Amino acid sequence: MTDYLITGAQLPEGSITDLLLADGRIAATGSDAADMAGARAGAQVHRIDAHGLVALPGLVDLHTHLREPGREDAETVASGTRAAAVGGFTCVHAMANTTPVADTAGVVEQVWRLGEDAGWAQVRPVGAVTVGLAGEQLAELGAMASSAARVRVFSDDGLCVHDPVLMRRALEYVKAFDGVVAQHAQEPRLTAGALMHEGIVSAELGLTGWPAVAEEAIIARDVLLAEHVGSRVHICHLSTAGSVDIVRWAKARGIQVTAEVTPHHLMLTDEAIRGYDPQFKVNPPLRTAEDVQAVRDGLEDGTIDIVATDHAPHPSEDKDCEFAAAAMGMTGLETALSVVTEAMVADDSRDFGWQDLARTMSATPARIGRVTGQGRPLAAGEPAHVTLVDPSARWTVDPAGLRTASENTPFAARELPARVMATFYRGVATVLDGQPQDGSTR
Amino acid sequence: MRHLLSAADLSREEAITVLDTAATMAATQSREIKKLPALRGLTVVNLFFEDSTRTRISFEAAAKRLSADVINFAAKGSSVSKGESLKDTAQTLQAMGADAVVIRHSASGAPHRLATSGWIDAPVVNAGDGMHQHPTQALLDAFTMRRHLMPEGGAGAGLDGKRVVIVGDVLHSRVARSNVDLLHTLGAEVTLVAPPTLLPIGASTWPCRISYDLDAAIAEQAPDAIMMLRVQRERMSSAGGGFFPSAAEYSRRYGLDAARFEALPGHALIMHPGPMNRGLEISARAADSDRSTIVEQVANGVAVRMAVLYLVLAGNEGTPS
Repeated sequence: MTDYLITGAQLPEGSITDLLLADGRIAATGSDAADMAGARAGAQVHRIDAHGLVALPGLVDLHTHLREPGREDAETVASGTRAAAVGGFTCVHAMANTTPVADTAGVVEQVWRLGEDAGWAQVRPVGAVTVGLAGEQLAELGAMASSAARVRVFSDDGLCVHDPVLMRRALEYVKAFDGVVAQHAQEPRLTAGALMHEGIVSAELGLTGWPAVAEEAIIARDVLLAEHVGSRVHICHLSTAGSVDIVRWAKARGIQVTAEVTPHHLMLTDEAIRGYDPQFKVNPPLRTAEDVQAVRDGLEDGTIDIVATDHAPHPSEDKDCEFAAAAMGMTGLETALSVVTEAMVADDSRDFGWQDLARTMSATPARIGRVTGQGRPLAAGEPAHVTLVDPSARWTVDPAGLRTASENTPFAARELPARVMATFYRGVATVLDGQPQDGSTR
Repeated sequence: MRHLLSAADLSREEAITVLDTAATMAATQSREIKKLPALRGLTVVNLFFEDSTRTRISFEAAAKRLSADVINFAAKGSSVSKGESLKDTAQTLQAMGADAVVIRHSASGAPHRLATSGWIDAPVVNAGDGMHQHPTQALLDAFTMRRHLMPEGGAGAGLDGKRVVIVGDVLHSRVARSNVDLLHTLGAEVTLVAPPTLLPIGASTWPCRISYDLDAAIAEQAPDAIMMLRVQRERMSSAGGGFFPSAAEYSRRYGLDAARFEALPGHALIMHPGPMNRGLEISARAADSDRSTIVEQVANGVAVRMAVLYLVLAGNEGTPS
């Protein structure tokens, strides 16, 4: 197995160090790294000059749609995790809305096994809360938790667990194995037929509105339910200013709530839909400029704990049509780091640096998902999940050039900062010089 | 004019050009031989994904009076439900030689997608898309108002200072949106009147007044024209208990009954895009009065659509004689 000696890398907090990756671990840091590399008998040492690069713990995505089983035309576990590696991720949580639904131990073990076989990143399946995502009966959450996939995050993502009694039971039940329910907050009665954010733009475009209150009402209900039963609850892809206020209030009250925001909700607004381009159709919908400011503020002050991609690949025919007919969702694994860099790190008025990016895109999502060994500090003895980023690089998004099997990015032709130059997963280089390292070259 | 997708896309100058061209077209329609040779050899496709016999026939008559060949393509349902995609349907029609596509679709923005996605290169005319726009309806309404309200039939003029009250289901109405945009562009003052449940969130930013009280709007505005929108009876029974409690209550609060008809200024035009629900949004007294332009609107629709088809297909060659 190849050792990697990374020299001159900047750690998230700012210091410069060398890192030696050997036998799947960070074997040494600082001046010890080169010494130990020289002393490693028989090992082939690959030196990487990382001067000017930032070393981050491998990124962890709590919200990824890998589409397998069922929609392999959009993405597979292999293609999605390869894209994840290119985006700097070493762990992704595969959402449950596959066909069949990931609501049994058998399906989650299959997805987990596909991830292990592909070897691009750790795949942590998310289990459905209810059988078939139907919102009527609890799935066998315990069986999924004790399966080989060791599921800890449960979500009916795409659909809201809208029945308050069922939600209460789910929140209570997963305490037995330290699980968490990740809620897609959308009151279905307030969003029948909804296509975009309800406001000035929807009124002009004549597209049925998705009101902010439909998200906020569910979040308010669920933080109170979580308080009542003493459970933790995670809010998926929070998108409105009101939601930020409710989560801030809940945290101040001591409720165990965590929340995520997507890169696209940090960057794009409903104004993008004026051309009826379905690439901007997503659920929850793109909101207003005030909401974008509010979620950025929330991520900066810690109200929002993490960034999660909601990577949602779709084949081109599901986007090359009328807005109403198009599928909801956009890809994100390969653009997430750059978008967060642009929205947060590069904004000098914000107190948000690489340490905060490492916290919100690696350490905290790993903790919420109870993923041991991911999101760890870059220190001797820790697992060798490392991402090297060139913060000064700029690149232009070419949908056909991305590694995901689908081309539905909302950032086409946009120039973004920061580029992932290398990713190491369990000490193996999945990406070098910005290129994925397929099979034999690893 | 490359396409006609939204009334909001028209500048004042462009809108007046369409109306003046429509006046020229209308003048030819009193001749013994109504047919003009302007679009001879060109093919207009009426691509209707939503039933609308009135609008389809109006476009068909307009194209035929300009000597264009007409293909009517009625696609029940759309790619929303199943079957061939809009892209494939449009490319099929283009391959058969469509020189212009007139599209009616239940999905807001479908004409915009057809015009801007690179699927086809023919001009696209929006004949009504979802809850978004119906620009030829707004043009025929403005044409009708201008002819009655402006001096000397309004040639070359806008509708400056004229007060128009539009009443009814604004939320679901592409006619209301198109009229607010176009009438504002032409200098008229528009007041929308509707129960709050039938006004979209965000309408407060539109270039018009908004009222929940029809009697107050008639008294305060002394309108030069009042337009009653069609109310779909199924709006009473939709999700959440409906948008209003009953037909009787709607009619009492928002219908143009005899008393409200009498309260209007003597010259006020009574307008309706059709088809009417007599006794719901409009009384027979108002609909059948000599101030009603409802039948004339239909005739003007043909002239306006002739103008639009002429301008998108032959607009660079000057106005026909």
